[in-house]
Amino acid sequence: MASTIRVRASSNGDITEVQALIQHPMDSGFIKNAKGETIPPHFIQQLTFEHDGKNVFAADWGGGISKDPYVKFAFKGAKKGDELKISWVDNKGATDTTTAKIQ
Amino acid sequence: MNKIDVGFSATRRLILQGAGAVALIGLGNLPFGLTPALAAANDKYPEEAFKQKSDADVIKTLYGKTAEPSDKVKMDAPEIAENGAVVPISVSTSLADVTSVAFLVSENPNVLIAKYNIPAGTLPSVANRIKMAKTSNVTVLVEAGGKLYSASKEVKVTVGGCGG
Repeated sequence: MASTIRVRASSNGDITEVQALIQHPMDSGFIKNAKGETIPPHFIQQLTFEHDGKNVFAADWGGGISKDPYVKFAFKGAKKGDELKISWVDNKGATDTTTAKIQ
Repeated sequence: MNKIDVGFSATRRLILQGAGAVALIGLGNLPFGLTPALAAANDKYPEEAFKQKSDADVIKTLYGKTAEPSDKVKMDAPEIAENGAVVPISVSTSLADVTSVAFLVSENPNVLIAKYNIPAGTLPSVANRIKMAKTSNVTVLVEAGGKLYSASKEVKVTVGGCGG
């Protein structure tokens, strides 16, 4: 299966700007479907970004993050061609991981 | 925490949570303020904080201290969100030594939306998209140099959408 994670990491001098878009339903557990049944909670709880074996950004998420979540941040110390590793784990224990080259 | 193998890490977290619970029962006389510090050190998912129903309870559970409003915390949020399922919110700050940032929506069923841990070398600037059930105050918390700062803004929601 194709990765659920799409990342763009672009280097601008010493600063690397990272944008990530993840495919995930992010069901909060407060919404009912057309039949009036509650859709059980299903959302990403933790998302981490690693550069050179070091954690550069970590998100703890609840069900209040929008479907197909987007996040943007920036960090120092990386250069073009370096790899960035992105991983998430959801409340059902599902995970996905990908690596992206910094451009 | 090293997360080379996320699957393994998730399992380990469950085990650690179990162990933590046992330890807490065993050490019932630990000062309450110690718990959030331990959680941060272990990069553990703040399960309890995400269940809280008010800003004050989230702040207490997550940080164990009070937040002080600061004009150095800049929140960028729309005045009116036409679709509550996708509300773009970002924060940046000129404060030094930022270690974490959190987003809170007062009127949502669960107030805490997200907490971002900012290691040294990462800029204190985060953008994300959140769900809002209805018109509400949105608060961002910035933990910097061991202190907690905040900024708030009301965002009007024309179509609620905690569902997405």
